[in-house]
Amino acid sequence: MNSEFLSTIAIIALFAPLAGFVSTLLLKKWTKNAHYAEMFFIGVNVVAAGTLLVMTAGDLHTLHIISSFNWIQFPGITFELGFQFDSLSIILLFGVALISFLVHTFSLQYMHGDKRYSRYFAYLGIFTFSMNGIVITNNLLMMYIFWELVGLSSYLLIGFWFEKTSASDAAKKAFIANRFGDFGMLAGILLVFVTFGTFSFDGIKEGLLSGILPFNSGFWLSVMGVLLFCGAIGKSAQFPLHVWLPDAMEGPTPVSALIHAATMVAAGVYMVIKIYFLLSADALLVIAIIGALSALIPATIAFTQYDIKKVLAYSTLSQLGLMVMAIGLGAFGNAFFHLMTHAFFKAGLFLAAGSVIYGMHHEQDIRHMGGLKKYMPKTFLAFAIYTLAISGVPLTSGFMSKDAILNATMIYGSLTGNWIFAVVGFGVTFLTAFYMFRLLFRVFIKGNITGVEHHISHGHKVHESPNVMVVPLLVLAALSLFPFFSFNPLSGENGWLMKGMNFASSAVPDGLRYTFMALAGTSVTGYTESYFEASHHYHYIAMALSLLCALGGFGLAYTVYFKEKVNTETYKAKFRPVYTFLYNKWYFDELYEVIIVKFTLLTSRVLFWFDATVVDGLVNLTAFLTRKVSDLGGLFDKYVVDGFVNFTAMFTGLIGLFMRKLQTGKIQTYVAFIVVSIVLLFFFYARQ
Amino acid sequence: MTYYSLVFWLFALITVGSAFIVVMSKNLIYSVFSLLLTFFGVAGLYVLLSADFIAIVQLIVYVGGILIVLIFGVMLTGSVLTEGLKTNVTNMLLGSVATGALAGLLILLFTNNNLYPNTQVLTPVPLKDISRLFIVDYLVLFELLGVLLLAALIGAASIGRKEKV
Amino acid sequence: MTEITLYHFLVISSLLFSLGLYAMITRRNSILILMGVELMLNAANINFVAFSHFGNFGASGHLSALVIIVLAAAEAAIALAIVLNIYRTFNTVNADEADKLKE
Repeated sequence: MNSEFLSTIAIIALFAPLAGFVSTLLLKKWTKNAHYAEMFFIGVNVVAAGTLLVMTAGDLHTLHIISSFNWIQFPGITFELGFQFDSLSIILLFGVALISFLVHTFSLQYMHGDKRYSRYFAYLGIFTFSMNGIVITNNLLMMYIFWELVGLSSYLLIGFWFEKTSASDAAKKAFIANRFGDFGMLAGILLVFVTFGTFSFDGIKEGLLSGILPFNSGFWLSVMGVLLFCGAIGKSAQFPLHVWLPDAMEGPTPVSALIHAATMVAAGVYMVIKIYFLLSADALLVIAIIGALSALIPATIAFTQYDIKKVLAYSTLSQLGLMVMAIGLGAFGNAFFHLMTHAFFKAGLFLAAGSVIYGMHHEQDIRHMGGLKKYMPKTFLAFAIYTLAISGVPLTSGFMSKDAILNATMIYGSLTGNWIFAVVGFGVTFLTAFYMFRLLFRVFIKGNITGVEHHISHGHKVHESPNVMVVPLLVLAALSLFPFFSFNPLSGENGWLMKGMNFASSAVPDGLRYTFMALAGTSVTGYTESYFEASHHYHYIAMALSLLCALGGFGLAYTVYFKEKVNTETYKAKFRPVYTFLYNKWYFDELYEVIIVKFTLLTSRVLFWFDATVVDGLVNLTAFLTRKVSDLGGLFDKYVVDGFVNFTAMFTGLIGLFMRKLQTGKIQTYVAFIVVSIVLLFFFYARQ
Repeated sequence: MTYYSLVFWLFALITVGSAFIVVMSKNLIYSVFSLLLTFFGVAGLYVLLSADFIAIVQLIVYVGGILIVLIFGVMLTGSVLTEGLKTNVTNMLLGSVATGALAGLLILLFTNNNLYPNTQVLTPVPLKDISRLFIVDYLVLFELLGVLLLAALIGAASIGRKEKV
Repeated sequence: MTEITLYHFLVISSLLFSLGLYAMITRRNSILILMGVELMLNAANINFVAFSHFGNFGASGHLSALVIIVLAAAEAAIALAIVLNIYRTFNTVNADEADKLKE
């Protein structure tokens, strides 16, 4: 494959959205239709990314082309910028472009009439540009640059309606939470550079294979992996920094679909997959635990929420947690597979939610929705397909990828004897099916039908969205079905995506990696034979169990929300403490507040009590004496102290008068002072 | 005393002397034309440093471009007819002290260090080398310079034009 | 008289630099300040070329000198546009009279 040709196309794909950003911003002064520039360039992006995929489709599983140039050169140190073409980057590049294009199309109608319409599209452009940069890069430095760009564009888009206090607060929260993670990632990148002298993935891999370890210790290798993973904790909203993602729903709904469901939050997972080869077993275990927590906690929160977008946000958190857990269990290919399928159906879910919100005139509370199937049949159809996909029902893409992850948890359990992750995985599957069908039933089929009819009788029309919004929904729904990923609906492993993937090959030395992972170069597949034996053994068991869990979740939701046999209120009352705990999102926001705000308040209250009883008593006692003394003191004050104060004031005034002369506002005087200071500084330091 | 040093001292004298006039002259026109001489002197120094190409560029850009622009500036802003282009000075004491100190410091630094005591006449740098550096190794820089010039052009036009009232 | 070495060039450039700085500090006319800046840039250029010549660095010093000449050209154009603007606003080109910053 001609690498120069590939690079040219990649450059087109990378920079097209940036061109869209710039041209939209420039044009919006003159024309109201500036956003068509962005639409054009995002189209270019899709075509270029598609060309890349088609050109390389034949040898995707062996593809590994680096194309880089020197950016900054110092003696001994070179900073590179460059592209890495492999199956991961090319597939995700196309996925991002496609979803971005669909979201753009959807937004044409959804955002219509917004007073910052063109700017919105420009922001989408710069976001897509930065995401492309993360995907296509061959080194950590460039990835970090684009990483921050993504953070910036996410900030801009969450706070797009910055007149709302909640939106601007959410934007700040997201940005700050991300900074925490990015700080760890930067530390990790610096550690990488200090150790290996390079930022490029290949360079790090070579270094590791030749036996270089940070500070010559396996412990520090794990630290390095965990530090880099911190970036993913922030960006992919993993526990404990997950609190920003639900708040980020303050942004426009298509933004939630693009950034907070399909692409940006997947960037963290993608990054961990990219640096997979340097993760030691300890680091992977940490990742798996964090992933399991992030999968489980939001899943329990999701079914207590009433905001349609919040439910989806928590479900995103939970699915991201599953992917991260799968990485931690050594199944990076399965994680990537789920990342791709999830990107499509979750973006679809958000867009469908956007369509509902649009049809209901910006109503987001599901308690006010019900029976919408009648009014928005196409949206319902799409939403139902996505729900089936995310719940892991056969014939959908989600079934294959989720099954692959669950299979990996069982393999891990059988090989290490640690089954807790498998339990978490199946539990999450159950919960996912439950809260997703709850959403489906409450919004589209049963729910508050009378309320909606009441709404309509008052002249508010509830209507299906226009075609420009429905078509992206249907496209995404089609992409959530199995044939796009594998022709065998029961096994994703034989699909083109899994077949086309470079399998994991860890570069971590013996004893530091999982026993079932082979060292790079010793095995084509990256795993030992025992892994595959276990894989075959548990394939159908995992499938059956996952189906069972999904069915269980569906059945529960069916009884409760379709048949309405169970009165949810009685159960709410019965389990009031648990319910409140979940409804309030495990009190994470409050916890963070307690640590910072309440603790201070409590301390001050204790001190106040001490003040009021002990100190005040003493004070009152002494007050009398003091008054007598102060009469004397008054005389002293009047003549001695006041005199001193007046003198000080006068002195300060004099200095001020003098200093004021220096602040002339004249540049030339300033230049002269600068020169004099430089000379003085030089003599000062030269003496030492 | 070789011809080389003779020529050097000649150009050094031209450069520093005319620069002195630029700075000290009360008449703006004198300053501008002394600046022309300074640029010539510097170009001569470049030739002595076997940098022929730089010398030529110096003449073309500075004398042909920048100096003309400066003269335009003088003509457009000075009230040529009324004040006769006299300009006065400010911060005399502060300026003399600051620059005197800096000059002393720089000369002290440069002469007290043992930097490249190489006096042999080296081969002149061929133009080809400079071109190669520009077109191959520092291509991005080269193109950025082009962009910069364009931006400066547009910026200057935009700043300098009359505001629409 | 001795043979010409690197130091001679460096001293010339130091003098040129200081003269430019002197012009920047003491002259009131902003065009003269500009000329001072040009003198300083020339001084820096002499240093680059001189080091390149005596240190035998090949063409890289020349490259820097060329870059500086380009920058000087851009700077002169912009600065003169600014001076013209100042002239239009304050009706003077004297830098010390344009001290709005103080207020």
